[in-house]
Amino acid sequence: MAEKIQFELVSPAKLLMSSKVDMVVVPGGEGDFGALALHAPMITTVRPGVIDVHDGGKVSSSIFVAGGFAEVNEERITVLAEEAIPVGELTAETAAGRAKAANDALNDAKTDREKAQAERLILIAEAMAAAVR
Amino acid sequence: MASLKDLRMKIVSVKSTRKITSAMKMVAASKLRRAQSAAEAARPFAERMERMLGTLAASLAGQSGAPKMLTGTGADKVQLIVAVTADRGLCGGFNSSIVRATKQMAADLLKQGTLVKILPVGRKAREQLKREYGQYMIEGFEQLGRKGIVFAEADMVATKVATLFEAGEFDVCTVIYNRFKSAIAQEVTRQQVIPFPVPEQAAKTDSAAKAIYEFEPDEETILAEILPRNLATQMFRALLESQASEQGARMTAMDNATRNAGDMINALAIKYNRSRQAQITKELIEIISGAEAL
Repeated sequence: MAEKIQFELVSPAKLLMSSKVDMVVVPGGEGDFGALALHAPMITTVRPGVIDVHDGGKVSSSIFVAGGFAEVNEERITVLAEEAIPVGELTAETAAGRAKAANDALNDAKTDREKAQAERLILIAEAMAAAVR
Repeated sequence: MASLKDLRMKIVSVKSTRKITSAMKMVAASKLRRAQSAAEAARPFAERMERMLGTLAASLAGQSGAPKMLTGTGADKVQLIVAVTADRGLCGGFNSSIVRATKQMAADLLKQGTLVKILPVGRKAREQLKREYGQYMIEGFEQLGRKGIVFAEADMVATKVATLFEAGEFDVCTVIYNRFKSAIAQEVTRQQVIPFPVPEQAAKTDSAAKAIYEFEPDEETILAEILPRNLATQMFRALLESQASEQGARMTAMDNATRNAGDMINALAIKYNRSRQAQITKELIEIISGAEAL
């Protein structure tokens, strides 16, 4: 694999990661996809899930993201994530805590908007629990 | 002429004021450093968000059915002004310059027959606008960023704005905040966030943007998701800039106050010494003339 792709992971607070890697597997809105160098230009939504960064023949890092957007072109892939946590730092307790908070929010929700928001939180918590396992 | 005791007490009081202002200055300086680095760290996200939005908008250009948040409602009957100030004072002209800009904008709009709504962010905006523009004011936010601004807070403000927009409460939304130029200079900035002005050169200069993008699932869905997110990002940026400006303004104001207190102490000390000297001389004259009279 001669060519590498520039991978950038950005959260609102800061640039979390910017490096050249072999391949990035992203949980896209319509299914997971792997991005290598010379990928066709694409913009997609990102589901809550785990991004796997492949480098040197192995997964060099796995990062949990709570949804966002990804822009891919020939040279780089940029992922805008609202929240990103390395999988190693996730625990089952945090996931369970999130799930509980999200369920409470759903029960308290009055408007449609609040309900949609709570449902989104539940999806994130579920994805987080799946990532821990 | 104040008595010696009065002067002494005054000097003590000014000295303790100086201690407070110089401590506040140092606190502001350390907070400024943190706020500034937070504002800088947030830039990449906003830049990439803008680039992505530029690409999307370019590919959607000319098509109907684009979300209203991007194209606007086609009217500008009601304008929403989001005034971003601090919760606390003692920072020079920081709050009042925002309030002044808001008042002026509101007055101009009202003269043109446009309805105005003001959403104050920060206690000072609400307090200072309440008397003149209380009737146009809607419930705002306070106590944001006590431990540094987090994205969730910006999201809260953005969600409120988006909800109002979807309910058809306003057509155009402008944020007024202090942009951070340097520790001693802030710039009052008006930024329109709804409808969102797409940065033209962002779409043009990026060579990759010329490539034909694929969209998953499709442009509309992505736009519908990205626009509220973008609103939150813009708010986040405004809040961070404002936070950094506030600390900068407070640092400068407190530095001036400390210096003024020093000058005042010097002047009072001279006055104190002179009147003490005068009193001693007077007493001496009394003694001597008393002795001579014998």
